[in-house]
Amino acid sequence: MNDAPVAPLPAAKDFKSDTTPIWCPGCGDYGVLTSLARALAALACRREEVAIVSGIGCSSRMPAYMNCYGFHGVHGRALPVATGLKVSRPDLTVIATGGDGDGYSIGGNHFLHACRRNVDLTYIVMDNHVYGMTKGQASPTTEPDWDNALTPGGTGLRPFQPLVIALASGANFVARAFSGDVIGTADIIAKAVRSPGFSFVEVLSPCITFRAEQRHWKELARPAPVATTDDPARAARRIMTDDGFNIGVLYAGDRKPYQPELRRAQRSLQELAREFAL
Amino acid sequence: MSAGDPATDPAAIATVDDLLARAYAMELEAMERYQEFALQLELHGNLEVAGLFRNLVRAERKHAEAMARDLAERGVAVVPGAALAAPGAEGLETAPGDALHYLMTPYHALQIALRNELRAFAFFANLAHSAAPDEIRRHASEFAEEEKEHVALVREWLARVPKPAEHWADDPDEPRAPD
Repeated sequence: MNDAPVAPLPAAKDFKSDTTPIWCPGCGDYGVLTSLARALAALACRREEVAIVSGIGCSSRMPAYMNCYGFHGVHGRALPVATGLKVSRPDLTVIATGGDGDGYSIGGNHFLHACRRNVDLTYIVMDNHVYGMTKGQASPTTEPDWDNALTPGGTGLRPFQPLVIALASGANFVARAFSGDVIGTADIIAKAVRSPGFSFVEVLSPCITFRAEQRHWKELARPAPVATTDDPARAARRIMTDDGFNIGVLYAGDRKPYQPELRRAQRSLQELAREFAL
Repeated sequence: MSAGDPATDPAAIATVDDLLARAYAMELEAMERYQEFALQLELHGNLEVAGLFRNLVRAERKHAEAMARDLAERGVAVVPGAALAAPGAEGLETAPGDALHYLMTPYHALQIALRNELRAFAFFANLAHSAAPDEIRRHASEFAEEEKEHVALVREWLARVPKPAEHWADDPDEPRAPD
């Protein structure tokens, strides 16, 4: 019998690192950071059992602000890294985070195929309909008539529809959250992590610097008036016909996650390292 | 606000211990949020407002510590961040995360604090006048009085700071880079 003392489970604050976020004051991503920390505490996770993986962008700075394993990767490539990590270390809770530009434009193809593969990980996209880090360009989810100096008169392009695309591509869990509802978002993230397979959480996270009008999202966001469905056709109809502010778990399926059989490493780490020696 | 939600629904508070734990959690949440606000504004060089939020942190901490002592005397276990387990919205004294602007003035910060204190006062006053058991109403009435004092203090403070200029949010070097 092992009599070694068991360390107490970390509280929400223990999941936050000592690094002060450099997001703009009032940015929605602060709320998501708090929600993520609360969700992991509520799930009774230990810090060494969690990995946060991201790409590039304001919201992709998340791994630096969390006190667990983290990987701040290259633009749009959070999901391939998260997928590789999860299939090789299925014992870890793997969460990919990022923004709408990173996830739906540069990483758009990875998004489709991550949904299709249905590896057991959670993808949190903080969607503010703008590229914030590069100072306010239109992103895939920007409204077609958003008029600014870079896109006078707006792009005129139909916005990307992430939730229904995730659903059509095979995501096993699809939810929408609002960063201003910290506790509600923590609850949705916890449900997403618990749900087997690929869980997609789109968080409406206002960029009040470049999209000041998004402060009104808090008046628009409200709980979805319908219960979660496991019928993808019904979920698709709902998502396609709502106004984009229904909050909650909109679809939860029961598709078996993809997890290849793990094989023993054929070569030692030292042998691999020798291949890369200059 | 929803029925059965101890964060906002007085009817969901069944015992004095529930009330004390909820009130304590509200103070902790408010303190944490002000702390986050102070850090955000320090980082962006608005030290005057950051300092004001630090003062609010100190005030909320003092209040929370007094409540923690009361809870300990009653033998109620104090779990830091107890509010985290509460369903529904954040605590009534917790400011919304998007309330900040990097050019905001002390006047704006005090308006945030005033809204929070008024919400907390309304909650406890409502409970004090509800059909709850006498002991709960007595405690709620005490909390309402305390919150009323906080409202008065914030209003006094507000009277001492200048109102912001009409175009306070105009930035001659705004962060947009259209080139």
